[in-house]
Amino acid sequence: MSNQLVMFISQIFNGLKIGSVYSLVALGYTMVYGIIRLINFAHGDFIMVGAYVLMLTAPVIIAVGMPGWLAVVPAILVCVAVGILVEKAAYKPVRERGNSMTALITAIAMSLLLENGGQAVFGADYKTVPTIFNMPSLTFGALRISGDTLLTIVLGMAIMVGLQLYVSYTKRGKAMRAVSEDKEASILMGVNINSTITLTFAIGSGLAAIASLMYVVAYPQVSPTMGAMLGLKAFVAAVLGGIGSIPGAMIGGLTIGLVESLTKAYIGTITAGVITSAFSDAIVFGILIIVLLVKPSGLMGRNEGEKV
Amino acid sequence: MKKSILSTKQSYLACALAVVALFLLLMAVCESGLASTYIKGIMMTACIAIIMTTSLNLTIGVLGQLTLGCCGFQAIGAYSAALTSKFIVAQGIAMDDVSRFLISIVVGGVIACIFGIMVGIPALRLHGDYLAIITLGFGEIIRVIIQNLKFAGGLGLSKGQQGQALIGIDRLANLYVVFWITVITVVFLFMFGRSRYGRAVKAIRDDEIAASASGINTTYLKVLVFAISAFFAGIAGGIFAQYIGSLNPAMAGWLNSINYVIMVVFGGMGSITGSIVSAIGLTILPELLRAFSEYRMLVYSIALILVMIFRPQGIFGSWEFSISRVINRVFYRKHGNPPADVPVPVAAVSQTADVQSAVSQPADVQSAVSQSADGQSAGDEPEHNRKERP
Repeated sequence: MSNQLVMFISQIFNGLKIGSVYSLVALGYTMVYGIIRLINFAHGDFIMVGAYVLMLTAPVIIAVGMPGWLAVVPAILVCVAVGILVEKAAYKPVRERGNSMTALITAIAMSLLLENGGQAVFGADYKTVPTIFNMPSLTFGALRISGDTLLTIVLGMAIMVGLQLYVSYTKRGKAMRAVSEDKEASILMGVNINSTITLTFAIGSGLAAIASLMYVVAYPQVSPTMGAMLGLKAFVAAVLGGIGSIPGAMIGGLTIGLVESLTKAYIGTITAGVITSAFSDAIVFGILIIVLLVKPSGLMGRNEGEKV
Repeated sequence: MKKSILSTKQSYLACALAVVALFLLLMAVCESGLASTYIKGIMMTACIAIIMTTSLNLTIGVLGQLTLGCCGFQAIGAYSAALTSKFIVAQGIAMDDVSRFLISIVVGGVIACIFGIMVGIPALRLHGDYLAIITLGFGEIIRVIIQNLKFAGGLGLSKGQQGQALIGIDRLANLYVVFWITVITVVFLFMFGRSRYGRAVKAIRDDEIAASASGINTTYLKVLVFAISAFFAGIAGGIFAQYIGSLNPAMAGWLNSINYVIMVVFGGMGSITGSIVSAIGLTILPELLRAFSEYRMLVYSIALILVMIFRPQGIFGSWEFSISRVINRVFYRKHGNPPADVPVPVAAVSQTADVQSAVSQPADVQSAVSQSADGQSAGDEPEHNRKERP
């Protein structure tokens, strides 16, 4: 294999790896948005919370002699607790009293609160996370694909499929879909909306914890603002795939990951240096703008007419 | 409702006198040496914040659309103004400082306004959450592009360097000039809000579909509001550039925009008084609490959540301060109620309550339907009616 081809394939795998992280985060956005029509700006910061929990618990768990990835269990518990707390303490009262703009401002404020809270507790600096697991890498001639890349991609796929099955076939999942379709009607059908919304937040936050594990395995450092950009890009992924759609979040996440990694690698040579890799964030947002203007419902979303 | 003792002209005069008095006070404080450079700096920052907040209030409070990209326009205005100022010097055009300052900030405002229209036309097809996120995206794109422009870094223009802060901007901003620019901005935005256009914009906020059904050109008005907002954000940026003397692309980032959104929301969405008070308050407060600066954003975010839970319309709601109302109150307290037979002119200027009583019909959009034909539309809708919107 030529060097260029090897480089291209490894870029693709890089893109799929970060894309899987985006997908997991985007799933959280998409579920919450689907059910209460709120962009949960704080969702990216749940990842930050999860990453700090991993940083603190992984050494303890490894020292006890258990496999390091078990640290994801406390991370999930903490993230779920934070998610439910955020929903109960802030979003629910605002949802009952205000309009969609006040809810969005609350979400932004919650994101700032988590970021600055993290900064007050842990300091603003980057901190390194100990190696959580070592996977053997696969080698095909010159091509070398690290094990955790494959694991990330496979795990992302598995979670997406599992979630899709859960939402389609279980009673709770059907309740979720019913609430996102029509709140009033689902109350009449005996669905407890409050517990359904709480469950949605819990699942979304749990996914954020798993995403934080994937993220710190790939980039082993944490900082209080790590979730902000990650969350925004995952939101772009959710919009691209069609907000409210689970396979859409997956496809959107992988697309954004691939676009990001390929533009970083090649955009400079393609445009002869006019657009450099420094533009990669701008390109991601450019995609968002084009999608919103051309097909606001996203790739897999349904088109909903405006109700009078 | 008691009638005002002031005629329209008299209440204009009272406002003008109050502004002049404020200016004389400012001059007295500055000239007598009571205000140090530090205090003057805070006043300058407060003026910039007032321009930003009141103009953002037009989009958030009056139009009811949340944008998170205002600092993108501020940055465009700042960079354009700084480069214009540098360009004038480089061309060797002789000009006194004040006119160079004014020309450069107007250029900054106009360029920001052009970008506002360019961004607004596509973006305003969306609303609510999507508009917020798309303006955020535009802000980030502007930041990245500025970062990578060769002429907008280093010493600027032909001596520019990519990826650096723009430095060496002449610090021409003069507190007195900036004060009057702020006054003009506030007066303009206030009058716009009360004009026929402003009432139409409020109708769009309250119910877009009903507004468009009653013949209001919603797209045109939304883009107009967006452009006005961007223009003043550009002006504020131009002042900022020539006050600080150096610019960093990071100023276009969305966290900065959120600072101004916080000011608008605290003050009250739709209240210019609220915007001014919270812009001044939130500029001074961090200076007083320097020791706790680490926890500033922490406190802000908690306060913001509490405001959203307990008073979603902001501290002032849509209440406006009015001098003629204060005068009336003082007058009536002294002299009791006016005799019923004295014809009293209604001062419609700067009085929320009077506008409502002048419109006299139930102020909902449906009545705007019947009124818009003869050039009127609904006044402010009472807050309790506008909380719950599907």
